[in-house]
Amino acid sequence: MTERSPFRNLAVAAVGGWLTVFVILPNLMTLATSFLSRGEVEFAILPITFSSYRELAGPEFLRMFLDSAWLALGAAMACLAIGYPFAYILARLSPKKRKLGLLFVIIPFWTNSLIRTYALITILNANGLLNKVLLGLGLISAPLDILYTETAVFIGLAYTLLPFMILPLYASIEKLDPRLIEAARDLGAGSFQTFFRVSLPLTLPGIVAGTMLVFLPALGMFYVPDVLGGSRSLLVGNFIRNQFLTARNWPLGSAASVLLTAIMALLLAVYYFCNKRVRREAAA
Amino acid sequence: METSSPPCIELERVSKSYGDLTVIHDLSLRIHDGEFLTFLGPSGCGKTTILRLLAGFERPTTGRLRIRGQDVTGEPPNRRAVNTVFQSYALFPHMTVFENAAFGLRMRRKSKEEIRVRVEEALRAVKMLSFAGRRPSQLSGGQQQRAAIARAIVNKPAALLLDEPLSALDAKLRKEVQLELKELRRKLGITFVFVTHDQEEAFSMSDRVAVINHGVIEQIDAPNVIYETPKNLFVARFVGEINVFDGVAVSQNGKVLDARVEGRPCRLNAGERRYAPGQKIKTLLRPEDIRLEKANGETPDGLFGVVADTVYKGMTIDLIIETDGGKKISATEFFNEDAPEAMFEKGERVRVDWVEDWEVVLPDDGA
Ligand SMILES: Nc1ncnc2c1ncn2[C@@H]1O[C@H](COP(=O)(O)OP(=O)(O)OP(=O)(O)O)[C@@H](O)[C@H]1O
Ligand SMILES: [Mg+2]
Repeated sequence: MTERSPFRNLAVAAVGGWLTVFVILPNLMTLATSFLSRGEVEFAILPITFSSYRELAGPEFLRMFLDSAWLALGAAMACLAIGYPFAYILARLSPKKRKLGLLFVIIPFWTNSLIRTYALITILNANGLLNKVLLGLGLISAPLDILYTETAVFIGLAYTLLPFMILPLYASIEKLDPRLIEAARDLGAGSFQTFFRVSLPLTLPGIVAGTMLVFLPALGMFYVPDVLGGSRSLLVGNFIRNQFLTARNWPLGSAASVLLTAIMALLLAVYYFCNKRVRREAAA
Repeated sequence: METSSPPCIELERVSKSYGDLTVIHDLSLRIHDGEFLTFLGPSGCGKTTILRLLAGFERPTTGRLRIRGQDVTGEPPNRRAVNTVFQSYALFPHMTVFENAAFGLRMRRKSKEEIRVRVEEALRAVKMLSFAGRRPSQLSGGQQQRAAIARAIVNKPAALLLDEPLSALDAKLRKEVQLELKELRRKLGITFVFVTHDQEEAFSMSDRVAVINHGVIEQIDAPNVIYETPKNLFVARFVGEINVFDGVAVSQNGKVLDARVEGRPCRLNAGERRYAPGQKIKTLLRPEDIRLEKANGETPDGLFGVVADTVYKGMTIDLIIETDGGKKISATEFFNEDAPEAMFEKGERVRVDWVEDWEVVLPDDGA
């Protein structure tokens, strides 16, 4: 088992090197930068200070963070509402159709997501597809001003991240034993009761995993609000991006990054421990 | 047979097809209140399909289905007064044994107190009360089985449907649970509709057995009737070992049929059937009805053969006889400890006879 082949050593070194150079070092540098002061030319200079964090502790950042979290949560819930029935139908299709359906979920991944976001503009703008359809159906009398609003950002986030919701949901719904559903029906449960008492609790791991996979990236995603939200909505992701590229306040941007990473890590930890407890309860 | 109260379950000319494949053919059947009825048949004959039709998971393609006199042909499973014990148990993994058992009552919005009393009663009946707080994954196969039974009987259904509920248990536990199920049925008075492909299991538990083949009931009768007077070759062969002799009818007088069996003249009991002279017949004999005697040149007529093999079974000994015509016959003899010299040995020449009247004669339908 502990055989040391040269190939193995090489593989371990390559992976370790990759992680060090592209993950650990940048994160450490960000962490270090967040404690430095702002410089005119050098981006970040000594002395060491907590002023960036103090700045973030103010109400503006908190409000921005809550705004972002609210929007990300909304996107996650929208994905859940659309993704659950989708994944449910997908998991109940014949194996051949199922593969085809999964392919349709995955195909958008092959297109650059920035390009897809720009494509959304042509759908959402005043004389875009959405308005034309709604006008044509007579549902509205004047074109909706969706583009460059929070609604557009919300639609963009939900659209971009939907596959991350569908895939874990699909995995857990597919594992759901159809005989349990039959058992529930047999014992007198109607369709609603069967869903809420059997299907939903048993696919909860997929729901939680999907929600995390949508919520966390949505929290930090900056190009979608940038492209679809115009300058009106400032979210955490854009704030960080602005500190680095526009305001040139690297320590503040770093501090915000660290904070965001820490919050995400905290959420992941909570998820991990809950999951572990649930699994221990089910297995022990 | 006709009583004033309607039968517990009634199938009227029920057929079920999947596309071009017809799985159940024109099945009519009445299951009486409190009866233990078993569907017995080979794999793929449609046993599970019949139960699923009764439970409401499948709709019949044609025909009607009544439970306690009420037409339920179009009703979904949750509106039928029957409960299923699934082969895989299908216990809800996220609920304790208690919660599993309480599920049906909760669906019917019973009061907390009533639920507690009835669930405890059901769990006690299957000796699972001490496991009430456990989850299915913390139970052995046999315990899961009991929990599944408790979950069904707690609802006091008109009938309990059991699809091979014992097939996952080992032989010893199986025997135990068989006895317990019988006992439980006696105590509860619920109609049991049981499915198995194990002949012994069907016979030991049921009031009536329906032998199914290719979606048709070949025979439905009490176990001893099926065993002793099978209606056709399929039933005869499916319910235990049987020897089949070819023959030709010669003349019949009432029940007495003179015939040639394996080329030898014989006098047979034809029962209610009539045979024309020259008609081909089959004579069936269970191994335990065969009598063997050592051949000694004095009795020239009869069927002769050689002991090809002996299989010691403890109480009995199975003998494989190869007749002069080249047919293999099996015969079961009780082991005679007092006269071991009376036992037959391999290679010995024997005369094959049988207990008079215990033969079953059927027309040779080419099967
Ligand atoms: N959903 C279905 N679609 C198509 N054919 C089916 C379906 N369900 C069952 N069948 C077919 O119907 C026939 C009877 O199946 P059924 O499950 O009732 O057999 P069974 O007697 O229970 O067999 P076993 O002893 O193996 O459980 C089989 O030939 C099976 O292939
Ligand atoms: Mg079956």
